[in-house]
Amino acid sequence: MHPRDIGLDTMSSPIRNAFLPHYLYIPLQQHIGSPAEAVVAPGDVVSRGDVIGKASGYVSVNIHTPLPGKVIAVQDHVTATADRVPTVVIEVEGRFSLKGQVSRQTDAWKSLSRDEIISRMKEHGLVGMGGATFPMHVKYSVPADKKITTLLVNAVECEPFLSADNRLVIEHGEDLVTGIEIALKALGVNRAIIGFEADMPEAVARMRGLVANRSNIEVLVFPVKYPQGAEKQLVKAATGLEVPSGGLPLDIGVVVSNAGSLVALKEAVVDNKPLFERIVTVTGDAVEKPGNYKIAIGTRVADVLAEVGLKKKPARIIIGGPMMGLAQYSDQVPVTKGTSGILVLSARRAAVYRHRPCVRCGKCMTVCPMGLVPLLLVSRVELGMDDEAKKHGLLDCIECGCCSAVCPSERHLSQAIKLGKLRHVAKKREAAGD
Amino acid sequence: MIKYASDDLVVSAAPHVRTRLRVPLVMWVVSATLLPAIAWAGYVFGPWVLVVTAAAVLAAVVTELAITLLLRRPQTVSDGSAFLTGLLVACNMPATGWGVLPLYVPVVASIFAIAVAKHAFGGLGQNWINPALAGRIFVFFAWLPAMTGGWAGSPAFDVVSSATPLNLLKFQSGMMQDGLQAGSQAVLGMRLAPSHGDLFLGLTPGCIGEISAAALLLGGLILILLRIVNWEIPLTYIASTALFSWIFGGLAMTGQAPSFFTGDPLYHVLSGGLMLGAFYMATDWVTTPVSFGGRIVFALGCGILTVLIRLTGSNVEGVSFAIVLMNITVPLIERMFVPRRFGTSEGRAA
Repeated sequence: MHPRDIGLDTMSSPIRNAFLPHYLYIPLQQHIGSPAEAVVAPGDVVSRGDVIGKASGYVSVNIHTPLPGKVIAVQDHVTATADRVPTVVIEVEGRFSLKGQVSRQTDAWKSLSRDEIISRMKEHGLVGMGGATFPMHVKYSVPADKKITTLLVNAVECEPFLSADNRLVIEHGEDLVTGIEIALKALGVNRAIIGFEADMPEAVARMRGLVANRSNIEVLVFPVKYPQGAEKQLVKAATGLEVPSGGLPLDIGVVVSNAGSLVALKEAVVDNKPLFERIVTVTGDAVEKPGNYKIAIGTRVADVLAEVGLKKKPARIIIGGPMMGLAQYSDQVPVTKGTSGILVLSARRAAVYRHRPCVRCGKCMTVCPMGLVPLLLVSRVELGMDDEAKKHGLLDCIECGCCSAVCPSERHLSQAIKLGKLRHVAKKREAAGD
Repeated sequence: MIKYASDDLVVSAAPHVRTRLRVPLVMWVVSATLLPAIAWAGYVFGPWVLVVTAAAVLAAVVTELAITLLLRRPQTVSDGSAFLTGLLVACNMPATGWGVLPLYVPVVASIFAIAVAKHAFGGLGQNWINPALAGRIFVFFAWLPAMTGGWAGSPAFDVVSSATPLNLLKFQSGMMQDGLQAGSQAVLGMRLAPSHGDLFLGLTPGCIGEISAAALLLGGLILILLRIVNWEIPLTYIASTALFSWIFGGLAMTGQAPSFFTGDPLYHVLSGGLMLGAFYMATDWVTTPVSFGGRIVFALGCGILTVLIRLTGSNVEGVSFAIVLMNITVPLIERMFVPRRFGTSEGRAA
């Protein structure tokens, strides 16, 4: 589907540094896997880039503080996923050290081995920044039985209204190229494809210029279409291959990384800078100064909104984009490594939908990028026929939201499918005796 | 800075934005595009057409209201579906002179459409048969003379009160054997079949909503442009009707040696309820396949059955029966066109 631009364009908004907040709420779990363990206690003084949470186990990464200050508490706090997560609260004070401040272009990293690069990923807290927040060192530790041929760089904005990746490529193109080279070395492959959407001409031109003399990095431009930035759809567009149902891109020899993650990789490896801040698109019809902001991780949404200003009363605060983002009940949630956007909608834009009866128009089926028939799938979920729902592809759903978005009966299709998936996971846990 | 509280925040699952096309909007827009055809019929055949239309719509809306009240279901009159069903029932009533078609005919047709075809099966979205066509067929067999006699001439134009274009075709073909069209036999021979131009403009006797191919074509094109109606069903239906009537139409003609490829496709396309059926009945979301391939098969079946009934059946008109017969096959057609799931070889191409 092609969601129309609704006047929330931030494509040409340069990245601005956000103000520094007085307090940081840094969750110890910002990634898929096990939470980091706090290594600071109330009263400790920390400086910029210090580790405050240590990775616990293999699928886990370190957490760092973006600003100097004093730890005042380690307590449970709300996050975008609505869980109560152990969180380090820091009162910002003191002076910046230079650590991680200077962006450089050097070739010193070329002496690092693959293993050294991969351990740097874990140490510096790198995760997939497109939203899934899967620890990067796990993705790049490819099992011996998988043969990787291609690194696919996702520079397609994952959602409408978001433009952080676009600005990142325009303003940090060299860093991205270096990040790609580091990633290629970590994977031991020589071929990279950077995927763009046709509505990002400035970024495409910038990247084409930068890789003109590199034959192993290819720039591809795909039609504007949601969900073009979804992993499986992007792999299909770039390579013509489909990730098998239930499989991963590495099953067909591809590793996909978001452009933001690779810039973070460059900063970690070359500049020795941990992942403690990120670019966030802040937009929505209630926002006075929409744009792309570099925000310190741990900054609460309330502080961000105080800076960007509100021109209308917010009715919905969404972390992420309009199609897959999570609506929040509190503005106290902090920005984390996976926060690509903050969308603030007024009551006019935040309608509540009515879930009328299905009239079998078939539009949900036409837009489904996974070849599912949502109208049939959802009727099975609603009747509690979970096994039937699985036969209709319940677990193949990527939760892009297209089916709900086009439904003329305002049905909660995507929402029902998500419910079915949650029920499936709960049953599996129960069966495993968890 | 605007003040707000946590209570102001609405929490819901994604997606948070939707396209603007909504079922009530669709129903009202479809209804609006039918009005030119009905207004034209009113102008050509006189005001009784409008009285019949009002009766059908009123009966449909009142039935809908009564059933939702009785069953304590949410009120659904404002979604426009009952209004549209009433309009489509009216379109399927013969255009007659003042007081000729008894008003109980459209009223009963609308009641049957809403109460039996729609709500007995669970209401909007659950019916397997097109409600308006179910209503039409019910009263067609209940009051055959009223439904097939008394075609109006036009006070406004030189339209002779006579048989419908398809009646004429069938009489000319000499295949009218069972005397069902008794009311029309009297005029046999009085008038030759109308010209293509008369058919296109609706200057021919017929049902209220089917006489003017031009008005229906216009309404149908608007619906296709608005993406309310798909293009594949009307195109396939009309094209296949043209094709098969061209191939086989000549077999049924008298006064010449029966031969293939001598039919008059344009006459078949412009006459009877084909335009109404192709754009407004066979495209009903609820009772037609959801897949592209399924829609092609469905529309092809409609075309074949329409020509078959017109050329060899005892009824002169085949569109409503063809569509209803194909409605029955929809679940089977759907099974042939399960889309291929991404990353699997299951299912077939959509």
